[in-house]
Amino acid sequence: MHQELIDAITDMREDDALRLAGEIIEAGKDPLEILDACRQAMAIVGQRFEDGESFVPELILAGETLKGISEKVKPLLQRNAETEAAGSKIILGTVAGDIHDIAKDIVGFMLDINGFQVSDLGVDVPPTKFVEAAEETGAKIIGLSGFLTLAYDPMKDTVAALREAQLDDVRIMIGGGQVDEQIRLYTGADAFGKDAMSAVSLARQWSEEAQS
Amino acid sequence: MNDVQRKQTGDQKYEENFQRWYAAEEIDFVDAAAETRYKASLRRLKDAIQLRVPDRVPYMPIFQMYPLYEHGLNPRDAMYDYPKVRDAWKKVLIETDPDLYVGPLLAYPGRAFEAVDYRLMKWPGNGVGPDQTYQFVEGEYMMADEYDDFLFDPTDFMLRKYYPRVFGVLEPLTRLGPFHNGVWLGMLGWMAGFATPGVGEAFEKLVESAHEMQEWFTHLASLDAEIKALGYPNMVGGMTFAPFDFIGDTMRGTKGVMLDMFRCPDKLLAATEKMTRIAIRMGVDSAQESGNPMVWMFLHKGAGGFMSDEQYETFYWPSLRELLIGLIDAGLTPCVYSEGNYTPRLKNIVDVPKGKVLYHFESVDFKQAKEVLGDVACILGGPPLSMLATGSTTEVSDYCRMLIDVVGKDGGLIIDTDSIDEGKPENIRAMGPVIREYGVYS
Repeated sequence: MHQELIDAITDMREDDALRLAGEIIEAGKDPLEILDACRQAMAIVGQRFEDGESFVPELILAGETLKGISEKVKPLLQRNAETEAAGSKIILGTVAGDIHDIAKDIVGFMLDINGFQVSDLGVDVPPTKFVEAAEETGAKIIGLSGFLTLAYDPMKDTVAALREAQLDDVRIMIGGGQVDEQIRLYTGADAFGKDAMSAVSLARQWSEEAQS
Repeated sequence: MNDVQRKQTGDQKYEENFQRWYAAEEIDFVDAAAETRYKASLRRLKDAIQLRVPDRVPYMPIFQMYPLYEHGLNPRDAMYDYPKVRDAWKKVLIETDPDLYVGPLLAYPGRAFEAVDYRLMKWPGNGVGPDQTYQFVEGEYMMADEYDDFLFDPTDFMLRKYYPRVFGVLEPLTRLGPFHNGVWLGMLGWMAGFATPGVGEAFEKLVESAHEMQEWFTHLASLDAEIKALGYPNMVGGMTFAPFDFIGDTMRGTKGVMLDMFRCPDKLLAATEKMTRIAIRMGVDSAQESGNPMVWMFLHKGAGGFMSDEQYETFYWPSLRELLIGLIDAGLTPCVYSEGNYTPRLKNIVDVPKGKVLYHFESVDFKQAKEVLGDVACILGGPPLSMLATGSTTEVSDYCRMLIDVVGKDGGLIIDTDSIDEGKPENIRAMGPVIREYGVYS
């Protein structure tokens, strides 16, 4: 347990967090302990975001702090210890014609710290790319993001392409500034989420249902 | 500004600005009915702004690319073949017959962007397809360690650092010395920089873009004159931006500005303060030029969910409020177009003088908005874009009635829309009749 490090990350004291991580390394401790502390800290940060106690700036800063710590720790890790088996796979991307990424990135971040394996296809992603990624990874959950009303049709097309590829057990969620129940019906998606927390709870619910 | 204007209060200046707008001396109305309609709309608007009960709820859809799609054109046509826009825009206005109109201001001139290699946007044919609307490319165009440079001399920073990053062809300006170095007697060495290779060409490109801009303005002005002549006042007199968004949207980017809130809060606040004065001047200058007191600003990064109450109250609202007050003191009407969820911000934005500000909401609990703001500011809102694009005419009519019942009680409501790209024509046309019938105050 490195409570001080956990507190520094969750209290948004970036400099302290980096210093403490450096001290732990210098003391010759197992670098995996640092990663474990980071994981615990990120769970707290994510929980506060879910609870409406903290917001986008905290997620971004915590993400940057984590990046800084990883850079210190990574060279010390044996390759096989870098990653551990994670939860369900999820494919995420902003649909064709739309290049907005902020909301998608927040959703990806929240899914990631909640244990999902996120493969982010980026922005302006054509329907075929989603289909290919679903076939390659075997992911059963796909999240489509779009900020503009012009994303409605590409979302609809992507849902249609996934259905056409007979990926019938794949479930699709959509989200973005102008997305609501009306647009879920229009696109044929399985669900819509109005924020990153809805994406996480949908993903949890769907992966539990798939496992049961 | 002359001495008389300097001594006037904001209210006196507003009255003078409004009367000049209302007099409409520059407009050559097509007939007497057009003039009557024009003036009735402005009286209706003024009543709504000042929280008096108007004859009926004013109505004003806001179109972005919709008129083009509706008439078989695409955004690329709009950005490259300006006259084509003209007919489409006029037809849609006549079909929807609003009280006030917002012109194709946000269609932008493609060639002017091209000439300077504008990097803050992708537009049809330049990064997005011809059928797509332009999109904004966020990035770090000012680095975190450049706040001091910016604060020392914002204009110099813009000219030699920011613009060269935002306009590809202006890269050679990075090789110029500071413009403020030319002040002392005979010390004209700074001018030598203009002979640096590439600098002359950069200015030529700038002039090329400027000519294209002028042509576009000429088109906008003549379209504006035609539309006004039909009896539709232009709702947009000037533009400015929330000071925090100036930094967050166009200079530091979302990630940058949000990290700065932790890493260098004092510098971020100082830059926001600097931008506040620039934003006030931008709004005042643009309204003065148009002779129309309605100054618009589009809010982005302060929406609910983006930042905490405390962060909003520290970084976003104080400078926005100062901007609103600055515009009000200049006799203008700030038209605040909020994007994203603004319910959590109602408790802050209520702190403005009564009957001076318009608040448009893209997403808000309208009942709560009326409760909080009802005695202070006029509320603008309309059927959501998702409904206009995929819903039915009945849903649209019901939504307008709901707004009139919930928000329109005793005035203080203008029904508008978010900026429409896509919408079913029948849905958009359904708004006018229901507002004209159900929105009448007896």
